[in-house]
Amino acid sequence: MAEVIWGLATSHVPSIGAAMDNHKTEDAYWKPLFDGYAPARAWMAEHTPDVAIIVYNDHANAIDLAMMPTFAIGTADEYQVADEGWGPRNVPVVKGAPELSRHLLGSLVDDGFDMTVCQELEVDHGLTVPLSVYCPEPGDEWPCAVVPLLVNVIQYPQPTAARCLALGEALGKAIRSFPENIKVAVFGTGGMSHQLAGARAGLINEDFDRMFLKAIETDPESLAALSREDYVREAGSEGIEMIMWLIMRGALGSEISRVHDTYHVPASNTAAALALFENVAAKTTA
Amino acid sequence: MPAPTTPKVPGTYIFDVADNGRAYALNRMLGSFKDPRNREMFSADEAAYCDAYKLNPEQKEAILQRDWNRMLDLGGSIFYVFKLAVMDKKSMQDLGGIFTGMTTEEFVAALKAGGRHFG
Ligand SMILES: [Fe+2]
Repeated sequence: MAEVIWGLATSHVPSIGAAMDNHKTEDAYWKPLFDGYAPARAWMAEHTPDVAIIVYNDHANAIDLAMMPTFAIGTADEYQVADEGWGPRNVPVVKGAPELSRHLLGSLVDDGFDMTVCQELEVDHGLTVPLSVYCPEPGDEWPCAVVPLLVNVIQYPQPTAARCLALGEALGKAIRSFPENIKVAVFGTGGMSHQLAGARAGLINEDFDRMFLKAIETDPESLAALSREDYVREAGSEGIEMIMWLIMRGALGSEISRVHDTYHVPASNTAAALALFENVAAKTTA
Repeated sequence: MPAPTTPKVPGTYIFDVADNGRAYALNRMLGSFKDPRNREMFSADEAAYCDAYKLNPEQKEAILQRDWNRMLDLGGSIFYVFKLAVMDKKSMQDLGGIFTGMTTEEFVAALKAGGRHFG
């Protein structure tokens, strides 16, 4: 049976991808962030998954305002890299895992999560930057197949944090019932605190971010109990992306250990963080 | 039971379905800039491009004058508005300065100093 071996929470700020694409990771501005990633990257390179399920949001690229699915899943063989308005990132095409996608879809719908299905999907920085955080030098091909799982975080009403955690729990169950012996990693992306527009643009709330970074491991229920208004007020209008971390957390289950985390301000207009958790339950059954 | 209303947070745009409705043409036009041919067409004749996307006079004026605050006030979503900013070679830090009445340098410095804090 398939197993979730680890979960990675990471910001997906476009400029983090641009810093890698333009070889600026050693610049004074970016070095502290990338130094913070190093231990997690080294550990992940020793614990490679067959498939990564990447929970992210599209930013006005594959999905426009004509239709905005609350939760969606990609079921394609491959996903092209989107031109977001300034040319696509020069990174490999993203290979899908359509059999796993279809299995997850069936299981989630049976469990009451009525996912929108995407048979064609161009993936934007929300998905490709986290892949680059995992694997900075993919060469011609990413080291794993990908199942994109999309969440509406840009148009109110977004799903509640509680619903995200519940979806994660259903996702974990769906993964574990896939009959092939594959290793799966789950990525929760976005955040941390940031607000791009309005008089509060540039908002960073380190206290809230650090509380969240801790509680995501030990007390995700307390984070699921926060309202959408709480997230926007405390973490900014775009900080609400952090609800996507709860999907990753729900999928991991209860027996996890923290491998590494790092927190840095700023990545352009954003507080950026990474947190990596090993699924201890998977380790003992392997 | 009344329909749930969008929360209000001071100094913050919470883009919602009502904004989507009133600014649909505006955001749809801004979203079209993900296609390089559309970027070229817009640059060749901005006013005609706005008309083709049926922008109302307020929306069109905000675009032609590059009134970034007004685009947001009219219901523009920042992810859509940003595509025009990139065409103008503006960064999210430039916009941050405009939204907060700072220069870009001041805005960048505020972020480097740990970001802006509220209540
Ligand atoms: Fe995002």
